[in-house]
Amino acid sequence: MRADHDARVVIVGSGPGGATFADVVTAAGWDCIILDKGRNHLIDLQPPYALKGDYSNDELKFLYRHFLGPDPLLEPRTYRRSAEIDGERLYTGDVNNLPSTIGGGGVHADGKVPRFREIDFRLRSELGPIDGATIEDWPVTYGELEPYYSEVERVVGVAGVADGPRANPFAAWRSGPYPMPPGPDMHGAVLSAAAAERLGLHPYPAPTAANSEPYDGRPACNNCGFCGYYGCPIHAKGDPVAMLSHALHTGRCEIRPECYVTDVAVDPSGRRATGVRYLDPAGGMHEVTAEFVVLACGAFETPRLLLQCGLGNSSGLVGRNLMYHFQTLTVGGFPFRLHGHRGRAVTHLHDDHIVPDADDLAAAHRAGLPYFRGGIVEHGSAAGPILEAKTYLPGPLHNDSMRRSDLRDRLWVFTMQGEDLPQATNTIDLDPAVVDAWGRPAGRATYAPHDHEVVASAHIAKTLEAVMTEAGAQWTITTTSPPVGELTELDRKNPLGVAPASRHVMGTCRMGHDPATSVVNAESRFHDIDNLLCADSSVFVTSAGYGPTLTLAALSARAAHLLTGTPLPPTSPTPSSPS
Amino acid sequence: MPIWFDENDYETVAAACERLIPRDEASGAPGATAAEVARYVDQLLGAFTFDPPRIWAGGPFSGRHGGDAGFENWIRLRPLDERAWRTRIEGSRGDPERERNGPVIGLQERYRSGLVALGRDFVSVDGTEQDRRLDAVAELKAMLYEHACEGMYGDPVYGGNAGGCGWAFIQFDGDMQPRGYTDAEVEEAGGAS
Repeated sequence: MRADHDARVVIVGSGPGGATFADVVTAAGWDCIILDKGRNHLIDLQPPYALKGDYSNDELKFLYRHFLGPDPLLEPRTYRRSAEIDGERLYTGDVNNLPSTIGGGGVHADGKVPRFREIDFRLRSELGPIDGATIEDWPVTYGELEPYYSEVERVVGVAGVADGPRANPFAAWRSGPYPMPPGPDMHGAVLSAAAAERLGLHPYPAPTAANSEPYDGRPACNNCGFCGYYGCPIHAKGDPVAMLSHALHTGRCEIRPECYVTDVAVDPSGRRATGVRYLDPAGGMHEVTAEFVVLACGAFETPRLLLQCGLGNSSGLVGRNLMYHFQTLTVGGFPFRLHGHRGRAVTHLHDDHIVPDADDLAAAHRAGLPYFRGGIVEHGSAAGPILEAKTYLPGPLHNDSMRRSDLRDRLWVFTMQGEDLPQATNTIDLDPAVVDAWGRPAGRATYAPHDHEVVASAHIAKTLEAVMTEAGAQWTITTTSPPVGELTELDRKNPLGVAPASRHVMGTCRMGHDPATSVVNAESRFHDIDNLLCADSSVFVTSAGYGPTLTLAALSARAAHLLTGTPLPPTSPTPSSPS
Repeated sequence: MPIWFDENDYETVAAACERLIPRDEASGAPGATAAEVARYVDQLLGAFTFDPPRIWAGGPFSGRHGGDAGFENWIRLRPLDERAWRTRIEGSRGDPERERNGPVIGLQERYRSGLVALGRDFVSVDGTEQDRRLDAVAELKAMLYEHACEGMYGDPVYGGNAGGCGWAFIQFDGDMQPRGYTDAEVEEAGGAS
């Protein structure tokens, strides 16, 4: 530690991005302090840094009682489709809430961690612009990121198949195999994957950051089924407990939970960050000084913090180009039980809709689009009985509905995480009236999908329904999140809500070479403030059709390695041996 | 003895929930009364009569599938979370810290006024009349059903789902740690019944 700073690096946010950054800088011999507004239920912060036992198989605690936070009474957010349609806001409450807890979104994720493909970083060059969207190439290529993808996969422990007939034929090149083989296939996925293959698609075991064998001192997943939206009681999910644990064990990382950052402090020039100011749990104001400040609050909270303190925004793009994944949910009802509550919530993906074929292109052209791309399709199901029960009507039919369980135990779900084009009009800004428990303006999402997403969804849904029927479903229904068209009473009752249900939030501090058209540079440093960095999915230029976690962690790792002067050597497509 | 309700309110909630999730001997459905759903609601409304308050059960295991039983080690709330949960349960009561975005009517008040509307004699009138009265207070009925579902299929530590009877009826195992499911149990076919 240098005498003139409290730490070389202060990191705001302990999720996958911040945790990865802390892991890399502490391994390089630097010290860091992580601040997070959430409580700590993950890991003891004193040696020997034992993993905590607060997570449990408890639907009430995790789905209805805000155990991982944020509690919408303390930290409300607002949503509107546009000012013209909804005025200041349509809805106040839970909007894309990622956990506010030590470990952030990694705690509740079911750990599906696919990589992006080469083309995803060069969409404008490869496929061209689309009217109304701000599609640009990333300033980083897949090849530059590959060493960091590999490192993050090793650190968190990813189970998957890199080679052979079960591998994803659309996958980008890899420099090595996955650290672990995949876990067991859910029964429903066995059926839906076989059906997808019969219809010419290419399902594969989902790369999953849940141990299929003991790894890094943590046990193998035992398939309890309380995965998505739950913390893992046995810590078989590696993200981000692995990174935080490693960082703590160096003795150079301090984690301060329940600390609410109010400002990035800057010097009189306004071009250098000097640290951050925060409120402790008792409301006392503190300042942490550091040589470098890293924002890793997620693509909703990072722009909110910057807009509150008016920093980093000479481009006017902080908070703009907000992207989610446009979710297409095709559900199917089966005449027998699928017990989707056993296993890892999702065990198979297929990528076919990310690579448009002639039929997709024809559908795009008919809609006046040069092309469209969908996203990964997750084969899974994992609703709990309370959620199911609330969807049925009260009265004498309740019991038969619950015993038969058409909407849980006989239900299978395809969720497509469709690529969402960046649009300058989709934003995170500050709500003019709603405030949080600290009295500061709530974040507000203003978002409407581009025709691209809506057209792609409607077209691909036909294939998803055909696959579901081929798998043995007696009925299928497709919905989207957010809902499209006029809001119906059914939309308002849908447990997914009227706001996008996606927890994949991206793009609100996009990276690029030109300070006029981007917020951070290719090394994730702010153009306006050179020693301020962003280590979350805010920096994404496009959303691709893949979950963002591994890519944001790889970008964070790359930024931290470059900052500390420890870049990883370049990699090449080495044939890997089957594990 | 109920924690927050008086005896009559407790019986009224039990009878009302029984109309929403009734016992059915033919199918073996236990119904809300046998599952002690009213006890779930009572424990939620009276959560702050315990220390720590009964909001978040502990972990990591219930003890039903191996490991030490930890669910009764209720997790302590930080002051902010206590503010949120007291606001949710007790209402904002004019406290400016609880009313940053306007007044909040608490669950206790919603039950208090809803139960008055159902009538002190609710338990003794017949089922048709009970249904009529429930339909006349749609907001209370919706809240009761939400809580009845939580009390029916939530963990027994929260006061309902007595002996796991809600789960047993629907062939759901509930929490499964640390046993989990074997790989074969994940992959095998499910039954048609």
